[in-house]
Amino acid sequence: MTKQQANWSPYDNNGGSCVAIAGADYCVVAADTRMSTGYSILTRDYSKICKLADKCVMASSGFQADVKALQKVLAARHLIYQQQHNKQMSCPAMGQLLSNTLYYKRFFPYYSFNVLGGLDSEGKGCVFTYDAVGSYERVGYSSQGSGSTLIMPFLDNQLKSPSPLLLPALDAVTPLSESEAVDLVKTVFASATERDIYTGDKLEIVVLNAEGIRREYIELRKD
Amino acid sequence: MSQAAVEVPPKGGFSFDLCRRNDMLSKKGVPLPSFRKTGTTIVGLIFQDGVILGADTRATEGPIVCDKNCEKIHYMAPNIYCCGAGTAADTEAVTEMVNSQLQLHRYHTGGRESRVVTALTLLKSHLFNYQGHVQAALVLGGVDVTGPHLHTIYPHGSTDSLPFATMGSGSLAAMAVFESKYHEGLTREEGINLVCEAICSGIFNDLGSGSNVDICVITKGHKEYLRNHHMPNPRTYFHSQGFSFPKKIEVLFTKVTPLKEMVGVIEGGDAMEE
Repeated sequence: MTKQQANWSPYDNNGGSCVAIAGADYCVVAADTRMSTGYSILTRDYSKICKLADKCVMASSGFQADVKALQKVLAARHLIYQQQHNKQMSCPAMGQLLSNTLYYKRFFPYYSFNVLGGLDSEGKGCVFTYDAVGSYERVGYSSQGSGSTLIMPFLDNQLKSPSPLLLPALDAVTPLSESEAVDLVKTVFASATERDIYTGDKLEIVVLNAEGIRREYIELRKD
Repeated sequence: MSQAAVEVPPKGGFSFDLCRRNDMLSKKGVPLPSFRKTGTTIVGLIFQDGVILGADTRATEGPIVCDKNCEKIHYMAPNIYCCGAGTAADTEAVTEMVNSQLQLHRYHTGGRESRVVTALTLLKSHLFNYQGHVQAALVLGGVDVTGPHLHTIYPHGSTDSLPFATMGSGSLAAMAVFESKYHEGLTREEGINLVCEAICSGIFNDLGSGSNVDICVITKGHKEYLRNHHMPNPRTYFHSQGFSFPKKIEVLFTKVTPLKEMVGVIEGGDAMEE
């Protein structure tokens, strides 16, 4: 009897890309709306962006079943927090909660690549970027997902603060205006769509600022 | 008399000497280099006056598009064209090789028009010899003295002769269109539209296919290569002013290490010995 390695995997990759950019008083979170498996498209209209709290929005790419489960866990924990503290969770607090939730399943991870965006308690934009098991960092901008290798270098070129070794230290948050940042996000996704087969269909852009949350959609290539 | 064996040159074909080494390397976690495949939709159909071939124009390397507008319809003879799916290098090499063999054959046989079955036999015997290692899946079509012909050729060397055919990762999407709408006696316009629809179905529903539609119409004594006949995927968003890249590279630290010591020359010195 020839022995064979087990080849059933509990994971699947549904593709897609996410981006978040923090500004002085706003935060832009964007993701494409294509959900795919292998070489096929499951749907052209799936939102990867979830509002976790009033000033906190998460975009996740990877295995959408795990993403959905993760969103449910965070929503439940947020409800408990609201009962206990009589207020909404701040974005840095949610950032820590997400990290702990991901590490809790360190040995059977959520196959979910997350980027958290929102406004901190001072009203400045903040972006947190995560790996699949909860390692996180506050940054000025980030991208995750299948198109991240195409998107990140361009964001580095346009937004990267000069070397941290230079003194005096410069802020990580971008000096771009809100409309310029949204324009940058649209360009970046149009370019990623050209070269990544898993990115395309539509782009969902969510902008958080002092006035509240605003949503925008633009069409991308459907091939 | 020499005891050593005579060095025989390799007989050609593939040398599998490095397979054990590659196996050992991949067990150690070193990935094999990827090659460019045309995750593809290619089709062909026979209409009342001849053959129409169609193909998309996307070439992929895994999940990345490496060529947004490549040519998958290859020239074989003035009256024969061949669409190729699979590994791009293999489809290019095999079609170019058979193209030149056909030309030489034409010279040897008094300039008579090449027949599609000739190209078919040359391709299938080459692919069979390589036992499927040459990963080329082809749709061969043309019109010769015996009439219009359309064949599919699989990487292991088997062939089919069909009134309509699709190959590549988008073949199911394209075949769904053909099976619904194909009938005998299509006119040229109907044929071109149907081929275009089938390729578009592959372009939009298969992630391995995309960009534009190439079409080739072959009839008795005449052919038309319609490169980028249909372009349903323009870029959706252009930044208004374009981007500038003004950021210089910050110089953090400068150190100059001379490689050769600077030597000063003194005039005069010791007189030469007599």
